[in-house]
Amino acid sequence: MKKNISLRYIISLIVVLSLIWIGNSGYFNGLLLSLGAVSVAFVVFMAYRLGIVDEESQPLSVSRRIIVYWLWLLKTLVQSNITVVKRIWQGPKAINPVVARIPTSQKTEMGQTIYANSITLTPGTTTLDIQGDTLIVYALSYDGIRYLQGGEMDRRVKRLEE
Amino acid sequence: MFLAAAIAILVAMALALLRAFMGPTLYDRILSVNVFGTKTVLFIAVLGFLMGRPEFLDIALVYALINFIAMIGVLRFFEYKQVDVVEKSADSKAATTKESEENL
Amino acid sequence: MSELLDGLSWGLLVLGGFICVSGAIGMHRFPDFFSRMHAASVTDTLGGTLILLGLMLQIEGQYLVLVKLVLVLLFILITSPTGSHALAKAALHGGLRPKLGNKQDEQDADVLNNFGRQSSAFESEKDKE
Repeated sequence: MKKNISLRYIISLIVVLSLIWIGNSGYFNGLLLSLGAVSVAFVVFMAYRLGIVDEESQPLSVSRRIIVYWLWLLKTLVQSNITVVKRIWQGPKAINPVVARIPTSQKTEMGQTIYANSITLTPGTTTLDIQGDTLIVYALSYDGIRYLQGGEMDRRVKRLEE
Repeated sequence: MFLAAAIAILVAMALALLRAFMGPTLYDRILSVNVFGTKTVLFIAVLGFLMGRPEFLDIALVYALINFIAMIGVLRFFEYKQVDVVEKSADSKAATTKESEENL
Repeated sequence: MSELLDGLSWGLLVLGGFICVSGAIGMHRFPDFFSRMHAASVTDTLGGTLILLGLMLQIEGQYLVLVKLVLVLLFILITSPTGSHALAKAALHGGLRPKLGNKQDEQDADVLNNFGRQSSAFESEKDKE
């Protein structure tokens, strides 16, 4: 039973590693392809022995909606970057740092991780810590906290879990 | 035009290096070294195009990998080296210890 | 068509360079470590993305170069939040506390006004810098 589950992850790891090898080498002669095959086999063997071939390292169950989420995140990223650049040029008086608790509604650890990392990736807000179901978030100004409390990002991450 | 981008990145690198020299805390220094590393990756990529040799990107890729792992390694080292100092004494004392350590 | 792409790439490179320099200046203008970290993440995310996108428009049919640029971009975008989080966590662990603004929203129960601060002695210690 357990073997069946891990086979899926091993196959996906082999596919990903092979694609990285081909994408980086660009040669298709016998020697380099066989060297690639040996490298991939070695890495998969090491990962298997380390016991990291599982859901945590390869979240196959995250739904396909992650692409839409990435596009949305990119849009947010640009917006918040513009705000922070503005604050930099306005000088230290433009910032008013806040630390606040932000509740999360995700059920899985994966969802919480995606949410916390998205918060950190957008400039202006950083996750400092996770305590149970709440995140401790540091923001450059109260606007960032208010935006997170609005819960749009939270809802979008939660939809990824379904 | 690659030259303009390269110069901008060099200026950013110089400012980051200045912050690394100025400190004041250990974490400021680690942050600046990380920023410096990311800028180096971008600089190598732009330099490759500037010189017409995009093969430089391989080096940029390896540099990105090393930069990240080095930062995590250094953080781990300092996080656990200082842990009992912080727990034993009050916050203010920990800060003084850290200051004096940096001045060495 | 090629001129259009060239112009777009030029714009992206210049904008990316401007944002990189802004972030580096922010590292000098912001008052404490935690706010400097935000300035750094500006340059990591948007500056790097724009410069690499600008380079992607210059590949002239070498798709291998495109693959490598995408890999560098993905790697920067994935490691940047992980690194920031590790850095913030280590700084908190090491006893560093964020310098908070003075006009906090009092009525919001979720805002931690005295985050991690028991002794006011630490505050003066940090201001000395």
